[in-house]
Amino acid sequence: MRRLLPLVPLALFLGLAGWFAAALLSGRDPRELPSALIDKPAPEFDLPSLAEGRRLSSEALRGQVVVVNFFASWCAPCRVEHPLLLRLARQEKVRVIGIAYKDRPEDSRRFLAELGDPYLATGIDRDGRTGIDFGLYGVPETYVIDKAGHIRRRIVGPVTPAMLDRELLPLLRALERS
Amino acid sequence: MFIELGHFALALALFLALIQSVVPLVGAARRLSGWMSVGRTAAIGQFAMVAVSFAALTHAYVTSDFSVSNVLENSHSAKPMLYKISGVWGNHEGSMLLWILILSLCGAAVAVFGDNLPRELRARVLAVQGMVAAGFLLFILATSNPFTRVIPAPADGHGLNPVLQDPGLAFHPPFLYLGYVGSSVAFAFAVAALIEGRVDAAWARWVRPWALVSWCALTVGIALGSWWAYYTLGWGGWWFWDPVENASLLPWLSGTALIHSAIVVERRDTMKSWTILLALLTFGLALVGTFLVRSGVLSSVHAFAVDPARGVFILGLLVLAIGGSLTLYALRAPAMQGGGLFAPISREGALVLNNLLLATATGTVLLGTLYPLFMDAFGLKISVGPPFYNRTFLPLMTPLLIAMAIGPLLAWKRGDMVAALQRLWVAFGLAVLVVLVGLWLSGFRAVLAILGLGLAAWIAAGVLAEWGERVRLFRVPLRDSWRRAAGLPRAAYGMSLAHFGIGVMVAGISASAFEQERIEALRAGDRIEIAGYTLILREVRRVPGPNYIADEAVVEVLRGGAVIDTMRPQRRLFTVQRQTTAVTAIRTGLSADLYLALGEGDAEAGWVIRAWHKPIVSWIWLGALVMALGGVVSLTDRRWRVGVAARKPAGPAGAQPAAAE
Repeated sequence: MRRLLPLVPLALFLGLAGWFAAALLSGRDPRELPSALIDKPAPEFDLPSLAEGRRLSSEALRGQVVVVNFFASWCAPCRVEHPLLLRLARQEKVRVIGIAYKDRPEDSRRFLAELGDPYLATGIDRDGRTGIDFGLYGVPETYVIDKAGHIRRRIVGPVTPAMLDRELLPLLRALERS
Repeated sequence: MFIELGHFALALALFLALIQSVVPLVGAARRLSGWMSVGRTAAIGQFAMVAVSFAALTHAYVTSDFSVSNVLENSHSAKPMLYKISGVWGNHEGSMLLWILILSLCGAAVAVFGDNLPRELRARVLAVQGMVAAGFLLFILATSNPFTRVIPAPADGHGLNPVLQDPGLAFHPPFLYLGYVGSSVAFAFAVAALIEGRVDAAWARWVRPWALVSWCALTVGIALGSWWAYYTLGWGGWWFWDPVENASLLPWLSGTALIHSAIVVERRDTMKSWTILLALLTFGLALVGTFLVRSGVLSSVHAFAVDPARGVFILGLLVLAIGGSLTLYALRAPAMQGGGLFAPISREGALVLNNLLLATATGTVLLGTLYPLFMDAFGLKISVGPPFYNRTFLPLMTPLLIAMAIGPLLAWKRGDMVAALQRLWVAFGLAVLVVLVGLWLSGFRAVLAILGLGLAAWIAAGVLAEWGERVRLFRVPLRDSWRRAAGLPRAAYGMSLAHFGIGVMVAGISASAFEQERIEALRAGDRIEIAGYTLILREVRRVPGPNYIADEAVVEVLRGGAVIDTMRPQRRLFTVQRQTTAVTAIRTGLSADLYLALGEGDAEAGWVIRAWHKPIVSWIWLGALVMALGGVVSLTDRRWRVGVAARKPAGPAGAQPAAAE
């Protein structure tokens, strides 16, 4: 046993190196996050709302173009994109729905009180179930859902100003007209 | 012309590195003194060649030679000179060249300053350094050549990523690389010791200064990077547990363990095989970090351009260097059982605890960093964020920090815990006082943060108590205390400073729970109230820069009705890249930072201004600097320069004066 102990670091390292090799040779690009859900119906959800005593369900959103934004108070990039969400909601009059991912409701409330609340309604996804249904990679993550309730666009990571102007707004306007 | 010369010099450096990795090794095995001394010449020559090569690339950047594809892609004629130079290492190829420059500098330094090393050891260390250098030179020449030409040369370059055009970032990579690459020296010493099959107190005494240099540089490098993130990214955070940040933290954690465990080898001739393993792992983690950043297996805001060939190559280097050295370790380590026995409550015991906790923390951060990669193999995309680290890393650090004040008060071999704690009662009282006052002032909110402040007080007061103990403060006349204080070894002051720095940093981190934040859309004349300050937006105006145009907000800062300052946060639009960056305005002070960032907006709707008041946030970086300073003071200890001429056969170094360390 004592003689085998010095072999442990080597064995662990070789395992790790093998894993690295597999990850490298699989040819996957970690930044490319295809959603299996594009043009498919958005997952159903029915969550308690940040507003006491109310609920937020996918049923209630049917027939409208909505932007669903997963966020959390502990997430730094969420703070970066937040002014853009405010602009989307207040200046562009887009219906933005928030889902607080794995966050304590009081923290989410404080976050929104601090930075401003762009959301028409905010669901509490305390255990991350809804996040799993959407195939969430991390927060922030943003989905565009059309009137028929289909996911049309997925944005992983913070929305950037360029993305907002060049992609998101044209798409939203087109969906709104159809 | 210079460019071709640089390319040629790099090829020559590879040639010299290959000689350096073979000839001295054979010489050491066969005791051929001529062969062994080849290592010294080759190491110095290799450094000279890499320096020529680096100078050639820098020259191309300074003169904006856009016929070089690396310059074309990363520079622009309208860029300020500082960023033309820092642009050399603001990209993958150039930063690899800087990495190799520092690597060969370390090799040359061992060659020049290693005159007091036994010849065989020096020859073997230089050979291992040569192997590492050869691997990386081959990597840069084969996959990342910075000297590729573009013909015909375009009129102007693409410019450097605006976020990187910043003085903090200009100096961050050189320090970080010195930290990473400096750990290759401890690695080379460890491999040489494994080849010789001998580790003793003298060996530890040679290794420790090198490990310390690397640790200091890494500390400064990480602090600079964190400070840069704080003042440029414009959202007030300073650490994000991003994979690339973790990649620099990992070797820092294991390097911290190394500089402590090497003390035990030096003083008590035990924990040898563990110390060797730490030296191997510290450099190994630096290499893993390089691999993660440059191969594209993990996604990160810092990641360099991805090329699978590079990933495969670095992985190959990784397997050769770490796999090879760990194989050697598996073969030789069982023969290296240590000498000195010690009780669990003793200086050695405290250092073992330090090492256990630091090693576990390293493992935790490594797991958090690699977990997304593991899950990816099962088709799951996840990210690991601050909640994971808050729950795992902090509980590991807390006992370490508590024990940090006690450890230095314990004697070697067998310590007296009760006596040590008795000497710390003032520190304990102070910590309790800080917690109670803090709880009272905050109205029993943010309890964890206040406990953190109490911990900081405990550490700082513990350091002073330990110093007071050494100089017998208030127990002998002050004059005698003064004489004792002057006679203490520099290494003792180094330790005190470094530990005190940790206390300062812990205070700065804990206080972040008390920051205040306001975000509002302001028109000219509107105001924000924050933490007793009144901020009035006077105007937002257009300001031209050398390679950007900026919107600059002029914000008056009032306190008690009087204007005390004017702050000017900017948003810069870089015309070449069509990219905007925020330039924050920060009033830094020892007691608090006032931090302003300008968001989007216009004269009618108003401009979004984010204001933070962050109590003692600057202590985080100040603490890191004090820690690094402690390392530097320790390096000036005369012990490193004298007294190790002869190598004793293995045995406890008990003859040394007990006051040192």
